[in-house]
Amino acid sequence: MSFSLTLEFTLQQGEFSVEIDERIEADAIALYGPSGAGKTTVLEAVAGLRQPERGRIAVGDRTLFGSEDGVDVPARHRCIGYVPQEIALFPHMNVRQNVTYGAHGAPTEDLSRVLAVLDLEPLVERRVEQLSGGEQKRTAIARALMAGSRMLLLDEPLSALDVALQRRVMQYLVRVHDEFNIPMLYVSHRADEVLMLTDWVVQLDNGCVTASGPSKDILPRV
Amino acid sequence: MADDVWQVAVFTLTMAVVATLVMLPPGIVFAWLFARHRFRGCTALETLVMLPLVIPPVATGLILLRLFGRRGFFGRVAESVGLEVIFTWKAVILAMAVMGLPLLVRAARGAFEQVDRRYEQIAASLGAGPLRIFFTVTLPMAGRGVLAGVLLAFSRAVGEFGATMMLAGNMPGSTRTIASGIYIYTEVGNDAAATSLMLASIMIAFGSLWFSNRLARP
Repeated sequence: MSFSLTLEFTLQQGEFSVEIDERIEADAIALYGPSGAGKTTVLEAVAGLRQPERGRIAVGDRTLFGSEDGVDVPARHRCIGYVPQEIALFPHMNVRQNVTYGAHGAPTEDLSRVLAVLDLEPLVERRVEQLSGGEQKRTAIARALMAGSRMLLLDEPLSALDVALQRRVMQYLVRVHDEFNIPMLYVSHRADEVLMLTDWVVQLDNGCVTASGPSKDILPRV
Repeated sequence: MADDVWQVAVFTLTMAVVATLVMLPPGIVFAWLFARHRFRGCTALETLVMLPLVIPPVATGLILLRLFGRRGFFGRVAESVGLEVIFTWKAVILAMAVMGLPLLVRAARGAFEQVDRRYEQIAASLGAGPLRIFFTVTLPMAGRGVLAGVLLAFSRAVGEFGATMMLAGNMPGSTRTIASGIYIYTEVGNDAAATSLMLASIMIAFGSLWFSNRLARP
């Protein structure tokens, strides 16, 4: 399922600034670059957690932020599922409570499907501290999916996992992408992950775009 | 313990529980405001709320007396709706609540500051509004610290003396508390009653402070 994403904004964060001017039509988009390149800042701006100084952010024809039109849709109305790098599952809730936090009366079948796709059914009554790193990542993805998200933002979802777990979580991500047909904006500093999951890559360095194009064209060069 | 000593102990505990319940909503709102927001007059408001911690309790009592007395602003408002406050059990609650509030606010503020804002941002990205975020994420995550503050404020309320004496007096059966009871029984030479109340206050204070300290530990 192809979607269009408009990222045309300037965002100042202390001494650091991010400038991006991209209109992309793709299935899954990666923000790729070294640590400190500004990838997470872009992701947080799309999620509505940071406000750019000026510019426009739009998914399809829906403007989420537009300084000229005075539009700034609050994070809670953006319908964007954000899975941060530090997972931030609610520690006082169990898996089921976390997953259904943003569900807003979604049908039980939706919950069953999400839990089945991410193999979370046996874990639903477990508390967050009883989960492994990979299980926590899957729970965070399920939570974002259940919130009725029209788009998923994934910030380094494989970081802090050992190699075997990375492989497993990657399989789940591919499965989520195939099963739910949901657009993804994926942050990573690893070319292999980006190639496996996305078809378009925006390469960032020091807050600026250094390359943008189909993943298979851009990444073999880096 | 003699019947009147029991009555004083039970009355004080009841008043302290009600005072704690009364100070809970404003205490939590103030703590959250001071922890999460900066606004014009924020420091002045925080200083005002904390003032009873550092000024003599009798001075706080005098301020309350001026405010809630017949000629005071709140006193006139209360009288217009047929409510009598000073020298009644309501004055005991008021004095306890005002004296306990700063301790609750201070502990709860620290607890709210400890809650990583990221959790609130994630809740917002999942569609939750500010109230839902507060009641389902911020407050439960700060829960231990807030409860520790509640116990601290309750302990302070149980031991309140100066402000209560000024505002409510020391009338047996209607406004006499453990602290004012200890004072008056000592004055009249009833050592047994004074000692019983002293032991009761130590037990209550030790229990709630012990629990509060346990909760405050990570």
